[in-house]
Amino acid sequence: MTIQFKDETFRDDYTFKNSEWAVKRFPFPFHEDSYMYSVNMEQHKGGPEGSIYEKRFDVDEHYISEMRDRSEVLKDDPLRCQSLPHMTLAGWDLLELIMISKSEDYPDLFELHRNGNNWRWINKPMQIDHSFTFLDDATLPYGPMEYITRQTQGDFVILDQRESNLWMDAGMVTTQADWSLDFDIGMNFFEWHAPVPKAHEMGIFTRALKFLLNIQQGAPARRLNWTMTVNPLLDTSPENYHKWGVQKGTLNPENIGEKQYLRVELQTFFRLPRSNALVFPIRCYLASFDDLMTVPKWGRRLHRVIRDLPEELATYKGFIDNRPMMLDYLSQYDDGKPTSDGIWPDLQTEPARD
Amino acid sequence: MSGAEKINAKVSNIIKLNDLVTRFEFERTDGQLFPTFSGGAHTVIELKDGDLTRRNPYSLMSDPMDQDGYSISVRRDDEGRGGSLFLHNNIKIGDDVVLSHPVNLFSLDLRAKKHLMIAGGIGITPFLAQIKQLDRSHGNWELHYSVRNQSLGTYVNDLMAMHPNDVNIYYDDEKNFIDIVNLLDGQPLGTHLYICGPKGMIDWVVNEASKLGWPNETIHYEEFLAPKPGKPFQVKLSASNKVVNVGENESLLEAIEREGVDAPYLCRGGACGQCETSVIEADGEFIHRDHWLEDDDKSSGKKIMPCVSRFDGKTLVLDR
Repeated sequence: MTIQFKDETFRDDYTFKNSEWAVKRFPFPFHEDSYMYSVNMEQHKGGPEGSIYEKRFDVDEHYISEMRDRSEVLKDDPLRCQSLPHMTLAGWDLLELIMISKSEDYPDLFELHRNGNNWRWINKPMQIDHSFTFLDDATLPYGPMEYITRQTQGDFVILDQRESNLWMDAGMVTTQADWSLDFDIGMNFFEWHAPVPKAHEMGIFTRALKFLLNIQQGAPARRLNWTMTVNPLLDTSPENYHKWGVQKGTLNPENIGEKQYLRVELQTFFRLPRSNALVFPIRCYLASFDDLMTVPKWGRRLHRVIRDLPEELATYKGFIDNRPMMLDYLSQYDDGKPTSDGIWPDLQTEPARD
Repeated sequence: MSGAEKINAKVSNIIKLNDLVTRFEFERTDGQLFPTFSGGAHTVIELKDGDLTRRNPYSLMSDPMDQDGYSISVRRDDEGRGGSLFLHNNIKIGDDVVLSHPVNLFSLDLRAKKHLMIAGGIGITPFLAQIKQLDRSHGNWELHYSVRNQSLGTYVNDLMAMHPNDVNIYYDDEKNFIDIVNLLDGQPLGTHLYICGPKGMIDWVVNEASKLGWPNETIHYEEFLAPKPGKPFQVKLSASNKVVNVGENESLLEAIEREGVDAPYLCRGGACGQCETSVIEADGEFIHRDHWLEDDDKSSGKKIMPCVSRFDGKTLVLDR
């Protein structure tokens, strides 16, 4: 289908809205009626047609507006995009990966013409037509990572691999769930994960690191992660907590369906060939409770997951105070019927009504 | 399926470089481009030898930017289990092979202000790709390359012709050896050290560097380990409920694969850790040959790396 790009905001008047298409393809993150951490990785090799898993870098109706929001964030705070000096080659790796993937996966939207190192990149939705020399920084208006991630939805972290560890040495981070690139830059895998409760005791990080160090060229991986956000805010950064933290207090039983968003991250991992670094795209999808309740299975399941989530996880994810109000709302949509396995809406196999 | 993603290729050229070393060049059979890679990466080449599938890792020595072809240079080992002999004696131009996507366990640390490379013999191959990579980014590097004699100096002439100021050659038969202590002592701050060659050379250089106070994270090495032949033994695979006899000339990993059990692997040379396997029961002696397990893991008798290690005894039961 042709994507109808929307003109909408993720701040101030919050005109962001999902179409019915976007709701049906929303990456609902719970494959069963409860949630606990796990190293829930799978190969990132396509998925059902139209799903957010189908393409290597998903483009949807929010593309243009998300890119505008990113440039606003960068205007206010240029440190959201950083790349240590040794990471430039990895930046070119990422540019190459995204340009090739998008031009192959969306030929009607993006074109890449290569003649040796003379490249021409056409991004039709953003009205860009740019010729440059591959691997020559001087021919781009920004560094290669910044150039391409100003044109690609989702945050990007590039991890250098050395000493059997991963080091957060470059990134473009403007749509994050309350963490800061400027704080984490240069840290290794264990250092930047230090704040996460419970997972260390469970040995999650040792196993996850081992998995990530072994991700190979041509075999990308993916997983989903989630949290809660009040209002459709992309930029929930610690730097701006004074602006968005207070909005959590504006929820009430009348507006919760419309204002409370489930925030899901599609996290993917690609080995970058020329630098041997690992890129970690973190793509954020937002859906309001009202959106989610249009899928009966998700209504039942979200109630059960939020109800049974351990207290420290609800605290870490920042919604412990609003949980009782959420449960009042969600319980209306849980009729106690069984739910099918997996994350898909399964509208065709709804249990019969009483 | 285990291992890295695969690429179907055929042998496009075979070039004998000297008495021991031959270069094999490959092109893709589907007409597509090869993936680029980072200097120091290897590929696992899969060859059909009758009923046997041989899988041998070799460093990619071609230009990492060249997507038209991959090349490896193989030293003939007359005493090994025949992997390199098979390549030298049986592979012809036009033969089909399967190559894995590149995997890099010996990558450059791109933070380095200078890359100091120490090569011994066929250990030159990963450096050839690294040098091409660094030249493109105007990196600062210096190579010290020790060979047995002039006639076995693989790529010596090419290197000297292209980089006369950065390459230093040492001939064993002329009693011409790397003066490692003075070499290491004179390096600028921010230098990283890379060693590839026989085990004795790696141990010697690493040891001297450590004595001089080089930080561990600045010392990088890759040793070529091929599985060695050994006494046949029997193993029971508990998860797949099979009894497998490991022959004299095959590795434990190869024997497991021969029985149709899908076991994880990447480097097949005892370095990457992918094939680590838990031991459920053992009555006998382990012959650990890998670089992966810690000494206490080895002495515990609870773990084995089936790509290069063997067993000598009555009973061995693995969780596989």
